[in-house]
Amino acid sequence: MRETPPLWTLAALPVALVVLALAAASFDHVLAARQAGHGGLAHAAAGPLREAARLLVQSRRTTFASDRLLLRAGVVSLPVAASLAAVVVPLGDVAVADPLVGVVWFNAMEVVVWASVWLAGWGPDSAYALVGGYRFLAQGLAYELPHMFALITAAVGAGSLRVSEVAAAQDGLWFAVWMPVAFGVLLLSVLAMAFWGPFGQPVAADVSGGAMAELTGVDRLVFLAGRSALLVVGAAVAVALFLGGGAGPLLPPGAWMAAKVAVVLAVLVWAGRRLPPVRMDRFAQFAWVVLIPVSLLQLLVVSIVVL
Amino acid sequence: MREVAFWVLAVGAVAGGVAVFAVASMARATFALLVSFLCTGGELLLLGLDYLGTLVILMMIMEMLVMAVFMVMYMMNPAGLTPMSMVHNRRGATAVAGLTFAALAAGALTTPWPERRGLPPPDPSRALGAAVMGPAMPVMMVIGVAILATMVASVVLATAQGRYDRDGAR
Amino acid sequence: MSLPAFLLLASALFAVGLYGALSQQSVVMVMMGLELMINGVVVAGGAFWHHVAPARPDGQVLVLVAITVMALEMAMGFAVVTALFRAREVDVTDEAGDLRG
Repeated sequence: MRETPPLWTLAALPVALVVLALAAASFDHVLAARQAGHGGLAHAAAGPLREAARLLVQSRRTTFASDRLLLRAGVVSLPVAASLAAVVVPLGDVAVADPLVGVVWFNAMEVVVWASVWLAGWGPDSAYALVGGYRFLAQGLAYELPHMFALITAAVGAGSLRVSEVAAAQDGLWFAVWMPVAFGVLLLSVLAMAFWGPFGQPVAADVSGGAMAELTGVDRLVFLAGRSALLVVGAAVAVALFLGGGAGPLLPPGAWMAAKVAVVLAVLVWAGRRLPPVRMDRFAQFAWVVLIPVSLLQLLVVSIVVL
Repeated sequence: MREVAFWVLAVGAVAGGVAVFAVASMARATFALLVSFLCTGGELLLLGLDYLGTLVILMMIMEMLVMAVFMVMYMMNPAGLTPMSMVHNRRGATAVAGLTFAALAAGALTTPWPERRGLPPPDPSRALGAAVMGPAMPVMMVIGVAILATMVASVVLATAQGRYDRDGAR
Repeated sequence: MSLPAFLLLASALFAVGLYGALSQQSVVMVMMGLELMINGVVVAGGAFWHHVAPARPDGQVLVLVAITVMALEMAMGFAVVTALFRAREVDVTDEAGDLRG
């Protein structure tokens, strides 16, 4: 929107996204293998690559009377949403784009995920897929408001909606330290927005894969890759908004950013494997009755401190 | 460049709007409306209204998805698999809409609009925020009360027991 | 990108929305028409802000109010549809003339 982005960020962003998404998926596979009792760390870590190769050669299966336009739109828009949201993430200290309303842009691109999952559920004209899509909408309605309040709390703490300014405003003290509730809520909502771990009911096994039930071949690979990328972008934004971005002594900002994102990502993937799945109606009740008032109180406290 | 973007988004917005009432599948109608709204958000971004444009994109995606929930819940033909016509008085509506467009377009093209007064502030979003917290605070208060009233009214209308307590107690 | 061009876009959106609001049987579709009409208002408000008085925030406030109205109208509309459906199992406006007479 303002100046042209530095060229190296345009090349570095997709690379970073792919590498981190692959790392997250590998770690998830390793944890799953250890839970199941299989050995072979290297074998499990290469799981996502094997899965990708298998899906690339798998022939696509179509259902009768599926809405192909909407299905393709849903599948493709998931990685596109993750990439567009990643545009405002600072790679170290500079981002591809730094609009004046970067925080709102991230929020808008994250909402595109709602459309993606619902379209992937509606498109195939399949009952289980539809159930998965609607489960995600119920989850979305529950986590979205606390998520927005957490983002607003960070913006209020910095007095700006620009991601770089929010990251820079933390050079005294990380926001995660004096806004712990907002940080916790944001991490929870990052898990929910990537329908990962405890919030994986939209694609759970009890509805035969839910929104991903009828996705095969390249479609499935694109959808899974988009979901991993979404987790990475959520973790990166949580780092930028609450853990100071690329700030830190000695090492360059890029290295600090990578280290912090890796830690947050590891925690999220580990939590995804450890926490039991959450039912959507119970989470909705919890979100509206507990999370929203608590987030609002946190926002009030931060506003009073900043005044 | 911006001129081209303006016309592309404008055509997209109107085409999306027309498609809403032309397609048979309700899911496609909802997403045609979403395309129209995304183009409108793009137009606002072109005007330099960053916050409002992004807000339109954000809110409209969420609204259209909520509409998808209700659409499948209530409509008898959400996927358009059995063709049926769901209009009444199509010719009258087309006539009224056409006349309205002609009148508004004639007004838009022939009225001598005033000259531009002043320049946009460097951060329009901040100016908007300062305005609704200052001189335009009644707007903010009324919006707040209206939202609260809508929340209460919609819950009362939508729950099965209405405005009465459980167990019939008043 | 001139003001008349924006207003032409706004008029087109308003007219398409009006067609929808007048001709559709299903309440959900009528609401889509209303949303398109308010969409036209949003575009016109933004255009007026930019081309006539960008130094003042009034145009932006109008756009903000219009966006809020869109959200509120949808919420109330769906609540009404729910109540209507619960009462008589249909979602078309032709059978909802209760208050008439």
